[in-house]
Amino acid sequence: MIEIRNLTKRFGSLTAVDDVSFDVGRGEVLGFLGPNGAGKSTTMKMVTGFLAPDGGTIRIGGLDVASDPVEVKRWIGYLPEGAPLYGEMTVRAFLRFIAEIRGLRGAEARRRIDSAIEQVSLGTVLEMPIDTLSKGFKRRVGLAQAILHDPHILILDEPTDGLDPNQKHEVRTLIRGMSAEKVIVLSTHILEEVDAVCTRATIIANGRIVSDGTPEELLRRSRMHNALRLGLVVGDAGSAGVVETLKAVPGVALVEVDAQSGNALEVMLFPAGGVPLAGPAGEAARANGWEVTELHVERGRLDDVFRAITVGEGGASHG
Amino acid sequence: MANVWIIYKRELSAYFGTPIAYVFLAIFVFLSGIFAFYIGNFFEREQADLQAFFQFHPWLYLFLIPALSMRLWAEERRAGTIELLFTLPVTMTEVVLGKFLAAWKFTAIALSLTFPFWITVNYLGDPDNGVILAGYLGSLLMAGAFLAIGSCISALTRNQVIAFVVSGVVCLGFVLSGFPLVLDFVGAVAPPIVVDTVRSFSFLTHFQAISKGVLDAGDVIYFVSLIVFWLFVNAVVIEWRKAG
Ligand SMILES: Nc1ncnc2c1ncn2[C@@H]1O[C@H](COP(=O)(O)OP(=O)(O)O)[C@@H](O)[C@H]1O
Ligand SMILES: [Mg+2]
Repeated sequence: MIEIRNLTKRFGSLTAVDDVSFDVGRGEVLGFLGPNGAGKSTTMKMVTGFLAPDGGTIRIGGLDVASDPVEVKRWIGYLPEGAPLYGEMTVRAFLRFIAEIRGLRGAEARRRIDSAIEQVSLGTVLEMPIDTLSKGFKRRVGLAQAILHDPHILILDEPTDGLDPNQKHEVRTLIRGMSAEKVIVLSTHILEEVDAVCTRATIIANGRIVSDGTPEELLRRSRMHNALRLGLVVGDAGSAGVVETLKAVPGVALVEVDAQSGNALEVMLFPAGGVPLAGPAGEAARANGWEVTELHVERGRLDDVFRAITVGEGGASHG
Repeated sequence: MANVWIIYKRELSAYFGTPIAYVFLAIFVFLSGIFAFYIGNFFEREQADLQAFFQFHPWLYLFLIPALSMRLWAEERRAGTIELLFTLPVTMTEVVLGKFLAAWKFTAIALSLTFPFWITVNYLGDPDNGVILAGYLGSLLMAGAFLAIGSCISALTRNQVIAFVVSGVVCLGFVLSGFPLVLDFVGAVAPPIVVDTVRSFSFLTHFQAISKGVLDAGDVIYFVSLIVFWLFVNAVVIEWRKAG
């Protein structure tokens, strides 16, 4: 549905987006990840037709954004970064304006407005000027505006930024609920969000795509992937002895002691290959008469992967 | 073109969504009264017309119109709503026109609130109401030209104060180029053809005739083409500096 080829955007001497290509299809939720200043917003501004690229092409549903901007904009719902809104308008007046300019009229407009209001729970603030709303409500007005015309494509720039945990959860549920029949691209620097809602994670640093895969694939690149966290109560064996014993377990590459108090130990076992560690490690504990208080296989940690990838690329922010 | 109307409506209601609109209207009517009665000697002239009222409009507009136009685009930039606006299915022409027409309509409202002057001259004497109508039309046309300049300059910055000052200065240039003092000075250093060119660019030159009731096609074309020209530059400026 979205086909991006060799997209490039320069601001003076800075190349904010550098030869970026990717496709997004129906049913996909693409998480756009990257440090601040990586070029996420700039890419989104080009996809939504706000900024003209310096190079490359963007096709949406077969149409070129550069040659059919107005038609393409009908297909897209867009939440710009920071959710800019006309503050002096009431929520209702603002949504009516958006509906009108989206070509919705009469009963159809009312139906769509009511549905958007319900989806983001704005019912209580309809008659309030947007300026007087809390940040959470403003973000929801921005979302309502983006989904009002039930677009095929949703582009959301940091949709949960500045929201409290409950609000974040609501927005994620909303996104997941819409994902089946839409193409959704969202940017974030909250990694758990990627895990929670995205079917695909694309990491961008310094304007270049440095990684593209499912969140699962990313996790697999984590040093923590399939690591085993063990909580043990050991007898009079010192921690050094325990580490030695665990190291000898087949498939264990490395053992780290994370915490120790009295004869309670928390250790992390890192696997050498794809070998599952839970079975053999548990057996070793039983054989030595240690009590196992915790046994947990880690899926991996996205922030590890994220840091490894983006810092490796010199992705330290410059904006 | 339905979008022009939708944007126009939103903009116009935005004016009345803030108390500033009412303050502006009050100041406009108050100042045009002050100018006409105290400086223009409306009563002492003992003539049943609104010349004393109209002759100060270029000076009145000089700071009132930039005050109105300064937020037109600067505010969209500052609040970031320009990004919202131009990712909706609208064209540049529709947006520029819709915003401009709303501001122009607002000036028309301000101008129409001066109707007590018109009632007064009709009460005191027997004026030529055709001349007065021409004066109002001319004033509105000139306000449109001021507004188009202000709109264009507002598009260059996100700072409303800068937009106000620069628009004022540019408009001053368009007014002063018809001022005798300036023309005398130009005449002293340049050939008459230059003087005529400078004069032909002045709001004063074109407005004076209209305010006397002579609605000449040339003057109308002058103001209309100024509006079209500045709005065109306005659109180019936004396209060029959308990101900034
Ligand atoms: N309008 C602009 N003018 C100049 N530089 C810009 C502009 N917009 C973005 N940049 C620069 O481009 C880079 C990418 O910015 P952006 O796309 O906003 O990053 P992200 O959204 O990933 O944080 C940054 O270095 C930023 O400073
Ligand atoms: Mg951003």
